[in-house]
Amino acid sequence: MRPVLYVLSFLAVMALGFWAYRENYTTQGALREVAALQDEIASLRESLAIQKAEWAYLNRPDRLRELATLNFDKLGLLPMAPAQFGTATEVAYPPPPVAADMAPESAPLGLKDPVTISGTLDAGGEQTP
Amino acid sequence: MTRIPLRPLARILNARTKGENPDAIERENLRLRHEVIRDKGRSRAQLRLLFLSLCFFSAFTVIGARMGMLSATEPMEPRTSSLGADITAGRADIVDRNGRVLATNMLTHALYVQTKDLIDPARVARELAKIFPDMDAAALERRFTDGRSFLWIRKVLSPEQMQAVHEIGDPGLLFGPREMRLYPNGQLAAHVLGGAAFGAEGVDRAEVIGTAGIEKAMDARLRDPAQANQPLELSLDLTVQATVEEILAAGVNMYSARGGAAILMNVRTGEILSLASLPTFDPNNRPNPVLPKDAEPADSPLFNRAVQGVYELGSTFKIFAAAQAMELGIVTPNTPIDTSSLVIGRHRISEFDNHNYGPTKTVSEVIEVSSNIGTGHIALMIGGERQQDFLTRLGLLSPSPVELIEAPGAKPLRPKKWPDIVTVTASFGHGISSSPLNLAAAYATIANGGIKVTPTLLRRTAPMEGPRVMSEQVAHEAVTMLRRVVTNGTASLARMPEYAVAGKTGTADKPKRTGGYYTDKVINTFASTFPAENPQYVLIVSLDEPVDATGPKPLRTAGWTAVPVAAEMIRRTAPLLGLRPAVEPKPLDGLTAVSN
Repeated sequence: MRPVLYVLSFLAVMALGFWAYRENYTTQGALREVAALQDEIASLRESLAIQKAEWAYLNRPDRLRELATLNFDKLGLLPMAPAQFGTATEVAYPPPPVAADMAPESAPLGLKDPVTISGTLDAGGEQTP
Repeated sequence: MTRIPLRPLARILNARTKGENPDAIERENLRLRHEVIRDKGRSRAQLRLLFLSLCFFSAFTVIGARMGMLSATEPMEPRTSSLGADITAGRADIVDRNGRVLATNMLTHALYVQTKDLIDPARVARELAKIFPDMDAAALERRFTDGRSFLWIRKVLSPEQMQAVHEIGDPGLLFGPREMRLYPNGQLAAHVLGGAAFGAEGVDRAEVIGTAGIEKAMDARLRDPAQANQPLELSLDLTVQATVEEILAAGVNMYSARGGAAILMNVRTGEILSLASLPTFDPNNRPNPVLPKDAEPADSPLFNRAVQGVYELGSTFKIFAAAQAMELGIVTPNTPIDTSSLVIGRHRISEFDNHNYGPTKTVSEVIEVSSNIGTGHIALMIGGERQQDFLTRLGLLSPSPVELIEAPGAKPLRPKKWPDIVTVTASFGHGISSSPLNLAAAYATIANGGIKVTPTLLRRTAPMEGPRVMSEQVAHEAVTMLRRVVTNGTASLARMPEYAVAGKTGTADKPKRTGGYYTDKVINTFASTFPAENPQYVLIVSLDEPVDATGPKPLRTAGWTAVPVAAEMIRRTAPLLGLRPAVEPKPLDGLTAVSN
């Protein structure tokens, strides 16, 4: 009985050693990957900071003003003026809904796929209320 | 263990036969037994001591070895924790109220030389002089070869310059990473931001410290590593600031002024939305001007006129006398005031341009036409002591508490004694000097319904909670008076259909350095608040030595110079601030007032 126990415990030690060896190398690999990722994050953050600075530089009011002046014929941008405020009454009412839009979604038209329709619409008539 | 009996029978009998005392044998045996016990105990204690000292020795060895290792090894970034990546910026960014960047950091490199590693100093000196035109090849070569081992060449390099230096390819040329402060908007808000410079410099890093403005005043906050990720939010609005600076520059140009200042402030929160001073500078490249001996400090572009410029602010002070008299219940807006003459001792107070405003005017009209004599009479009714107290409570007699390093140094100038003549002149803003920013805070206090407003450059949302300086009723009446100055009085050029502006002009002669006043040099100030029906913002515009030379006679009063500039600022910035123009109430359709 005893020799069997010795052999078994020896085998167990071998197995544990192998497992520890592998874990060690996996851990080291993971650490290396983390380090590489940290490096990447740092360099990305750095370029992010530079791009933010560049964005702020390109959007500085002086430059925008100059560009608006240069491209006035295309854009027609002017400084904001008090007259540009509107009132709610100046906004047009939406057109009244068309009868077809009023139909409930679940209307059993029996159409699943789009169908092609050709022909001309009768312009006259009383299509919309 | 065999135990030796204390009284062995054989020896006792033997002793008895010899006639000796058998007790001696017992004592002898007892002694031996105790000796054995003692020896055992000692060796045990020694063993214990040895064990304990071994424990201590190994513990101290471990600690000592660890300390030695920590001090001897190269410092290493903790790479596995996720915290390491957060600390990228050494100094927090500065952004405006909408999060647009005002100051940020950029990674760049410094160039230094290890002369021992230089292979060909002469060639390196020549090549460097080619890249940096301000360097002299011969001088560089001399410095490379005079025995020193280390030499800084440049504090910051552009990427192109760095590439060119790389291409020289000498191993003695080395780069050190640097975080450089960058102000992407150039001259915008330069006086608020101030500037930054390198402090202590090492090869692999250098500290960035603020040299002026808010960069210096908030240096501890900006450098705090715990808050490096959160940008410092200012109350400034970049768009409004740009607009104000543009119009102020145009105004300074148009009226050939030496300089100007403008402050736009929210009266509820005390936030400064815009603070401009001209002439200005570029904080990226902060100049170090050498002024001629007879120059005023204000001639330096670094001088912040809005905060450091302690000027006599002229008639803009008149409203304080009127408001205080109303608060004390001495007058109402309709009380008649003597405007014919005022003589204090040997001094005779006169009106601007020796106008004569008739025998009496109401308080409201005194402010409207800006009568010195009328205001003087009101001030005399108040008395010097109460006047001082009121001006102090408005914050006009102490340095502004705003977050700029220059602010505490700009102490308002006040006479040591306060006789009646000072009471009178102070009531119309002469003989007493304060900064435009203090004036803005005082006007904001009136516009805020009488609750004191403390100016701040940091973003805040809560309304100001200050002590009440005057009642709401008085503050409202003061704003109505200021409104009448615009509708009927000296500031008529600020009348516009879109916004109801209320304000007071001030024209003060500049004091000569040798004493007395110039007759042709003035400081024009317009202190205003808008919209008058519900004041939300205060705008102060101050121009130094402006003149409107378009007419036949040069005009130097604030009504002709500072007022149009301020009016244009209000017209342009109010829409940016989201203020709807006031629309005249239309008559209701079909309803007209008819009588019978």
